[in-house]
Amino acid sequence: MARERKYAMIIDTKRCVGCSACVYACKSENDVPEGFCRDWIVQRVEGTFPNLKMLNRSERCQHCEDAPCVTNCPTGASYYPGDGTVQIKRDLCTGCKACMAACPYDARYIHPKGYADKCSFCQHRLKDGLKPACVTVCPTKTLHLVDLNSNDGEAEKLMEGRTVTQDKVHAGTKPKLFWLA
Amino acid sequence: MFKRRQFIKISSGFLASSAMAGSVGWPLISGKDALAHHPAEKVVPTFCELCFWRCGVDAHVRDGKVYKITGQENHPLSNGRLCPRGTGGHGLLYDPDRLKHPLIRETVDGVQRFRKASWDEALTLIAKKYAEITEKYGTESSVMFSHGFGASFFKKLFQAYGIHNFTHPSYAQCRGPRLEAFKLTYGHGVGSPEGLDVKNSKYLVLIGTHLGENMHNTAVQDFADAVSAGCRITVVDPRFSVAAGKAERWLPIKPGTDLALLRAWIRVILKEELFDKKFVEENTIGLEELRDGVEEATPERTAAYTGISAEEIVAVARDLGRYKNNALVHPGRHVTWYGDDTQRSRAIAILNALLGNYQMPGGFITQKKYGVPGIKFPQKKSVRKLHSKYPLAHSMPSNEVVEQTISAKPWPIKNWFVYGTNLIHSLGDQQATLKAIQNLDFMVAVDVLPMEITGYADVILPESTYLERYDDLDDRTYRVPYVGIRQPVVPPMYDSKPGHEIAKLLAEKMGLPDLFPDDIETYLDQRLQKIGSSLSELKEKGVIKKPESEIYRKPGKILKFKTPSGKIELASEKLRELGFDAVPQYTPPPENPPGYFRLLFGRAPMHTFGRTANNRFLGELMPENEIWINEISGRDMKLKHGEYIYLVNQDGVKSKTSIKVRLTQRIRPDAVYMVHGFGHTHPWLKQAGGRGASDADLVTQQSIDPIMGGTGMNNNFVTFTRKA
Repeated sequence: MARERKYAMIIDTKRCVGCSACVYACKSENDVPEGFCRDWIVQRVEGTFPNLKMLNRSERCQHCEDAPCVTNCPTGASYYPGDGTVQIKRDLCTGCKACMAACPYDARYIHPKGYADKCSFCQHRLKDGLKPACVTVCPTKTLHLVDLNSNDGEAEKLMEGRTVTQDKVHAGTKPKLFWLA
Repeated sequence: MFKRRQFIKISSGFLASSAMAGSVGWPLISGKDALAHHPAEKVVPTFCELCFWRCGVDAHVRDGKVYKITGQENHPLSNGRLCPRGTGGHGLLYDPDRLKHPLIRETVDGVQRFRKASWDEALTLIAKKYAEITEKYGTESSVMFSHGFGASFFKKLFQAYGIHNFTHPSYAQCRGPRLEAFKLTYGHGVGSPEGLDVKNSKYLVLIGTHLGENMHNTAVQDFADAVSAGCRITVVDPRFSVAAGKAERWLPIKPGTDLALLRAWIRVILKEELFDKKFVEENTIGLEELRDGVEEATPERTAAYTGISAEEIVAVARDLGRYKNNALVHPGRHVTWYGDDTQRSRAIAILNALLGNYQMPGGFITQKKYGVPGIKFPQKKSVRKLHSKYPLAHSMPSNEVVEQTISAKPWPIKNWFVYGTNLIHSLGDQQATLKAIQNLDFMVAVDVLPMEITGYADVILPESTYLERYDDLDDRTYRVPYVGIRQPVVPPMYDSKPGHEIAKLLAEKMGLPDLFPDDIETYLDQRLQKIGSSLSELKEKGVIKKPESEIYRKPGKILKFKTPSGKIELASEKLRELGFDAVPQYTPPPENPPGYFRLLFGRAPMHTFGRTANNRFLGELMPENEIWINEISGRDMKLKHGEYIYLVNQDGVKSKTSIKVRLTQRIRPDAVYMVHGFGHTHPWLKQAGGRGASDADLVTQQSIDPIMGGTGMNNNFVTFTRKA
């Protein structure tokens, strides 16, 4: 039997310039309607002139291992397909927004057609052996999709010697986006 | 006063009601990486025109519509990756506000307006006007302004007709000073894409260059690689740019004092003998004169000019000296700031020469062309052609064409052909441009979108976008020599035509029926056959390339430079002969009038000048620009973050539109900053119209570079008003 995958994303903030190519590449890849997005950039500046620090950070659904959107979905639309991602069965989704209320990361929106939508790690591309659109487009190679169950050492190599941060770990959802400082 | 040429504001009904042209049955190349679950998908390789870097892109087509654009895997400028603008390029193709038909200015009951015309009628009129104006004033009274790759066929047409007046705002409004400074020092320019080995630099100094916000794909790829590799970075910028956020040192310099800082660095490096002695001895002249020339630039005096401490000035100089060959002081790209720009660029060129980073890893590198032989086109001589009054202008400054159009001296300019450049926003001193337009007998604008400038044209020709047309081959000078092709992904929409076809049809009307080959495909194939390739190969592959050329010098290589002395000129005899400083000297720029802030502008990664402001896809990423004001200065002025205000400059000129206030710690208290390219007022631009403000409205003072005529634009100052 094939080994079960566990997809996660490692984001090297040192390389990111916040250009937003990932945002538009996702929108065109996934036909995300005007006014919505599945990924976004957070640019945070701390300090006072002239002692300043900046962080550029690409964000999206965390594909949590213990995802409150799945737990709280009354219809079973949000589910774990078994590759470490969280996906949505659109035909089961009623657009009730329970998942949006449960998500600590504000990663979802209601598509004008009535269902909840969010980053899928471009599951349709993964099936074809392609990386997500945001990873592929990124001019600075900031984004890395990794399989934490693989023994290729890619994740370890990326994180080696780096400060790794995760967002809202206290929410207890076991998120799978890792930012490298 | 009666104005012959009014800006036409009234939109005709047909512009809104045009149906989209069908796009069925176009032969497309089958996709190499088409997704299996989208069997109908086609992938067409071409190259981008959202900016002028020319990245190879793959346009993905489904049901006859381009639905996404990705970076071409094999293209040396993309490496499979793309910036947001290129990614949203189909927002231009499907822009509902595109120019859809040829338009001719007419006056009905005293009111000027545009009416729809056929191509035959529009081109017949243009040919007739060219004949009349040539008859009356000679071909020397006609000029073409252009920006962008598609202008090449029009240039061939005009040269065959006897018009040799060409001007590009990318020279005197942008890169010109850098070009002349490096020619004076090294005998050649820096190139575009710049011949810089940033990805291997160990120590990088950026002066105003905001890589990451200035989003030239490969330049930013290289920059990110340098950051990851641990390159030590110093950023000199009045604003905390994204690049500054990645630097170990941010020097928020007082605007206009960069040359003082550069001179101090040169002085420290010479005083402390930190330069590459062997390289300097073998390859340069003027070292002693340089020493004398920078004697006064002590760190202490420079600290008083620049606001940067003497300790930091010395520390950076020592770092540069430590990394020498592998350190780089980036020459920038848009460098027309204060009018001392050639000399400032000279100081950068000199500093790099002292480091000996010429053809070294992390420094300046040699780039090559693939070298596709051209096809000769006939040219007809003209009696005279435009010459700049500035001694070292190797290209005619566009602002001087404006001046000559106003003064009619030494001869009248009566006819402008404007290709792909919105002169109202790209040249400073809008009043002069508008005055010049009033002196014209005729003006043609070729563009894909309505722009402020097209509103003043007599004939507007709608060009097809880059996704709908062939262009000439891209045989560019780069570290990896390559030839790229632009080819139609979908057929032209509306009644638009590719530039090559417009030029050919116009040539026929202008009495040059045999100038261009029967069709563009034959022409491109003929060129490609000469290098053993073919159009069909390029159409399939998108790009062919050679291995990376020898970008570094081999040890012991004797270098020869195309300067008068054959060496790198630390002191320039040529400048001295012309009455300029042989070694760059510093003069402080004008100070802020009390209550005013120096107006600075730059770029955002989602937009290219004003050319993408109407792109609805990119508008989602950045719909408008903001005026960055230091939080404390803003509070003193009682400004609120997020409110909309107007800017008023030192001459009392107010921005045409309002702009959102961004109070931030990221800028010095004495300067404000905005992203260039917003504040469009053309009513046909439904997305961009009225969003943000234009710096060009406020650049009424131009500090002219006496060496090459560049227009320094950063000596303008603004204050704020809430009054519309």
